Amino acid sequence: MIIEVREIYKSFGTNAVLRGSSLQISAGEAIVIIGRSGGGKSILLKHLIGLLRPDNGRVLVGGIDLTGLNERELLPIRRRFGMLFQGAALFDSMTVEENVGFVLQRERSHTGGEISRHVKEALEMVDLRGIESKKPAELSGGMRKRVGLARAIIYRPEIILYDEPTTGLDPIAAGVIDKLIRRVWSQLKVTSIAVTHDLKSAEAISDRILMLHEGKIHGDAPTAEILRSTDPIISNFVHGIPTETR
Amino acid sequence: MVATLRQRINDALTGLGDFGLLAMEAMRSLRYQRPSWLDFVRQLHFVGVKSQSVVLTTGAATGMVLCAQTFFQFHKVKMDTATGAVVSVGMCSELGPVLAALMLTARVGAAMAAELGTMKVTEQIDALRTLATHPIDYLVVPRFLACVVAAPLLTAEAIVVGILASQLVGVNLLGIEGTYYRANMIRYTAPSDVVTGLIKALIFGAIIALVACYKGLNCRQGAEGVGRATTEAVVAASISILVSNFFLTLFLTRLFKGI
Repeated sequence: MIIEVREIYKSFGTNAVLRGSSLQISAGEAIVIIGRSGGGKSILLKHLIGLLRPDNGRVLVGGIDLTGLNERELLPIRRRFGMLFQGAALFDSMTVEENVGFVLQRERSHTGGEISRHVKEALEMVDLRGIESKKPAELSGGMRKRVGLARAIIYRPEIILYDEPTTGLDPIAAGVIDKLIRRVWSQLKVTSIAVTHDLKSAEAISDRILMLHEGKIHGDAPTAEILRSTDPIISNFVHGIPTETR
Repeated sequence: MVATLRQRINDALTGLGDFGLLAMEAMRSLRYQRPSWLDFVRQLHFVGVKSQSVVLTTGAATGMVLCAQTFFQFHKVKMDTATGAVVSVGMCSELGPVLAALMLTARVGAAMAAELGTMKVTEQIDALRTLATHPIDYLVVPRFLACVVAAPLLTAEAIVVGILASQLVGVNLLGIEGTYYRANMIRYTAPSDVVTGLIKALIFGAIIALVACYKGLNCRQGAEGVGRATTEAVVAASISILVSNFFLTLFLTRLFKGI
């Protein structure tokens, strides 16, 4: 198992978001975690990379328990991850080239020419060319996400996390992002973990879907099975049938 | 009522603890990590070069008004020529460092808290962490170093400009005899007054950077959160400067003059 989550609990004040979530992910899998908005999907994702610490439970990456590590000890573990944020989270004071080449620049192991070449390759992988000198504010939402993806893949991580990769995009831009996620997964042989409530996207980018419901993993099955599930909670979510007022 | 009070005390103590941890982590980073000199130079330019006009204007205005007020009082007891000495000692050990630091807090501390706060609410800080970069190393340390280096230099400039401006007012406008003005100034201003001012400035620089970074990194969500973090940074840093100035004055005077 490259990632194992054992019974994690997380509350913010009196709001219990995760209530004993457990999951296991093998290397090379393409996973999507679905669930209702505000249900804790992004919170769960942030636990996988140590951005949040559980109140209880354990998160293991390659057998290493993240919960006991301090921020500095987590850095080498995080080097194994790439993450695409919902709003791309590009550094707005930097150009696209500086954003994408950020890690290589910080590591001081590459010359300026090598960094530029790697940036160009990463941008080409997400079908972007000639935008190196632009600032994030000059880019559209879809382009920002693609730059965010280029920044996440430039140092060839083993695991890529996607937080709502298609949220806020038009269907065509969303389709492009889905294709890129699939392409990155197959070409770089990474483990791909996304959270989304966009089922079309989930179908396109995953082999297995986990459904988070009321703080726990309620369903865990291959994508086609989840989408055809007769379980009332999963089925209602897939078909958009309201079950309760939140 | 009691529960709310307890919660507030708890929050204040937690905040103080978090601030201490941030300061410790910054010191640890300074000791064990190689800082990015490019980021340091960028911050030094922002803190030092771009604050020149504000700090110099403050120094000049303070020197002039202090000279005028001192002269008006001393003139009554025929001590006109002692004006320069009062202005000089006051500018070197108290007004120069404190006013320069307060102006830096308003210009630099507010900007730092707002920038880091915006980065926090737009997940740029989380993005840094996922890119295997410690926010203390990348964001706090260059700002801390820049403030610690720039604050004493800016204070020295404010002191020099303040004294020159006071001389201009005292000698040319108020008619104090220039030779005596300068002679008394030099006679009564000890090197320890200048050193006291520069040590204070260095400590104030550290306070500005650490408080602003702490408030920015712990900003709450949304535009309101950024606004609040900025305000809190300016208020907390200003109060810390004023309170610490009192204790620094007592400590440094006893250290250098044995009083």
